[in-house]
Amino acid sequence: MSNHFLPSALIYLSAAVLCVPIAKRLGLGSVLGYLLAGMLIGPFVLGFIGQEGEDILHFAEFGVVIMLFLIGLELEPKAFWRMRKQIAGLGSWQMGLSSAAFFTIGLFLLDFSWQQSLALSLALSMSSTALVLQNIKEQGRMNTQAGQSSFAVLLFQDIAVIPILAFLPLLATFQPETSSAEQGLLAGNVAWLQTLIVLGSIAFVIAAGRYVAVPLLRVIANTRIRELFVAAALLLVVAVAVLMQAVGLSAALGAFLAGVVLANSEFKHELESDLDPFKGLLLGLFFMAVGASINFGLIAREWQQVVLLVLGIMLLKGVVLWISGKQFKFNTDQNLIFSFGLMQVGEFAFVLLAFIGQLQILSGEDLQIFTAITAITMTLTPLFGLINEKLLLPRLGTPESVREADVEAEHNDVILAGFGHYGSTVGRLLRANGIHCTILDYDADQVDLLRKMGFKVYYGDATRTDLLALAGAAEARIFISAIPQVATNLLLAETLKKHFPNLQFFARTRNRFDAFELMEEEVPHLYRETLDTSVRMGVDVLVALGQRAYTAYRSGQDFIRYDEASMQKLVDKKSDLSNYIQNVRAEIDWQEALLKADKERSLSGDDHSWDSEAIKRNILK
Amino acid sequence: MIHSSQLFTFENQLTHMAKRILLLLAHPKFEKSRVNKALIAAVADLPGLTVHDLYEAYPDFNVDVAREQALLLAHDVVIWHHPIYWYSCPPLLKQWIDLVLTIGWAYGKGGDQLSGKWLFNAVTSGGSREVYQPDGRNRYTLNQFLAPFEQTAWLCQMTYLPPFAIQGTHGLSDEAITASAQQYKQLLQHLQSNKASSESLQTAVYLNDLKL
Repeated sequence: MSNHFLPSALIYLSAAVLCVPIAKRLGLGSVLGYLLAGMLIGPFVLGFIGQEGEDILHFAEFGVVIMLFLIGLELEPKAFWRMRKQIAGLGSWQMGLSSAAFFTIGLFLLDFSWQQSLALSLALSMSSTALVLQNIKEQGRMNTQAGQSSFAVLLFQDIAVIPILAFLPLLATFQPETSSAEQGLLAGNVAWLQTLIVLGSIAFVIAAGRYVAVPLLRVIANTRIRELFVAAALLLVVAVAVLMQAVGLSAALGAFLAGVVLANSEFKHELESDLDPFKGLLLGLFFMAVGASINFGLIAREWQQVVLLVLGIMLLKGVVLWISGKQFKFNTDQNLIFSFGLMQVGEFAFVLLAFIGQLQILSGEDLQIFTAITAITMTLTPLFGLINEKLLLPRLGTPESVREADVEAEHNDVILAGFGHYGSTVGRLLRANGIHCTILDYDADQVDLLRKMGFKVYYGDATRTDLLALAGAAEARIFISAIPQVATNLLLAETLKKHFPNLQFFARTRNRFDAFELMEEEVPHLYRETLDTSVRMGVDVLVALGQRAYTAYRSGQDFIRYDEASMQKLVDKKSDLSNYIQNVRAEIDWQEALLKADKERSLSGDDHSWDSEAIKRNILK
Repeated sequence: MIHSSQLFTFENQLTHMAKRILLLLAHPKFEKSRVNKALIAAVADLPGLTVHDLYEAYPDFNVDVAREQALLLAHDVVIWHHPIYWYSCPPLLKQWIDLVLTIGWAYGKGGDQLSGKWLFNAVTSGGSREVYQPDGRNRYTLNQFLAPFEQTAWLCQMTYLPPFAIQGTHGLSDEAITASAQQYKQLLQHLQSNKASSESLQTAVYLNDLKL
């Protein structure tokens, strides 16, 4: 293995690095890029890899497991509940109608057995989550009816994969002889015991997720070692997969369940962003393996059949989607976008087809043809999308309504980082005015406490671009940093400016030195925690000493304005002040400069408008 | 010096019939006004009188409407005591009027909470009474300038009385100020006593003109 590992890694990685950017440039998406890379290095083109593609496929299937974990993680019960009608209604319409149509055609036109037809119809009903969601996001259609509906249908399919994986073995007419040794606890038991084992292990995953995984993650989070958290996240998925396989259930099902259990924990965002690269890489590997296994010789021989099947399948899927859309009263252009978007066969078909192959439900040749067809439909998706955008939509649709957000946006306008004493005050004030924030915090105990109090707080490092993206930074309007550390805020200022220029940045600073550093980075909204409170105290002392409240109040407000202006003046001068700050004596020098300036400007009592003595002096002059 | 903590309410201490007076003082620079300090000092201790110093209570202009309405309900006579700035009142008093006199409470349908209460402006102005004449520098009388206040009272079904005005304040001697302060005190006592009828009070141009 170790001898083979480096050369293999070299081949796979270079193919990916070469092909994926090219595919992206051509508007084909990364999934197709990986497929193309696989075809290129596969036995039928360059022949860099041969039969070990099969082993790679098995290994890379773990990417699918991680993907299902992440899908489970996305399934926040509340969000799920809000979309329940679309998911269950639209999703089941699409799956049901497509499968029924494919089943009928398979059974009567293509002479498959009913088991083969059923297995194939389920696989072909799948659309490509990776491809479609990417497209919708790139086109900025996430909050349109078409976008939300596509998401709902894909979600339904993703969930449906799990029961389908569990169901497919029942269709197998051939039973592998070694099954009893390999199928874990389930095999060889009576039916009621099998059921009990299944239910027991599901209950175990749920309970362990809630009472073991979450406290464990909290402990690990408190160590503040990031790679340990990544390791823990991977361990979690691997453990669930191993457990499920030991029981004889699908690893994907277990991962999905674990994801759902953790969806409501504060670690949701952190887990997502930590596992995402692994998912991406392993899925990439998976798609490359699929690409490598495509038999071009066979396709060349059977090209008429392949062309017919590709067009027939896409047409049928498109029609079914159109009918589903009509059923849910989409207007024409939303329905066009929806139908054209989802008419391909998706990556889950690869998974299901691979599984169908293992179960020997279909023969190797048929399987290879359908795998190739799946890849081809995915390749054609951007092309069909282009036809829709350029030819159909302008003629059939009403362009204005494309922009209309039929579904209310689900993001928050405000992201609040740091929910300690400072941040929570800001958050509570906003909340009292009906503004809900997406909250990020890096203190696991704090997050835990606040969640108990009913706040929606997520755990994570706010300076990470991927976490910010997950928190909806691309759609939000305001980013509040209630984090006291100036280094963090400097990093944030840079990250936000670079990746999310749409966000207005409001930053907390501890003192004038920190404020000065941020002002040099041109952060416009700075809140020095040692300014307003100190001034308020000073004002109250003036009142306690007998000064009129209004005079003292105005004096305080003037002071804040004057103090901020004098800061700006110092920044504008830029007289190597950053060195100055480093100086140990800086604080004292600074104080001296400030006090001197104060003397030159009388801070209060110099407005004569309401002073009858001053007016009298003027009049009687 | 009057702090908001020294806000005293003596309800019906003298007789059962005595009118309770709410003096709403609005002066942004009270500490520098010798006339107003003298006026307030002369009346502050009167039983049955509440001096409410608005600029001291609301330096941030965030008027507590419920508190102000409760105060209004607890009194029979309301005085808007303020200097004349640019022919009107200082901004906080306008803020108070805008926020406290709410529709459905002070005016409009069901808005009769102030009905029958007496209201007048007690003002100080730099310009003398002669200046506030059709042929004077200010071209209008003080009463004409106070028309918005009078109309506000009318809309709230209140009885609007002529103003009490100390004018030409820049040239006033200490003795004159003391005399004016005593006059102010006598006026308020007269209003409390119930000997005064609104009809007889309304015959005067200024309340200062009444022979008490």
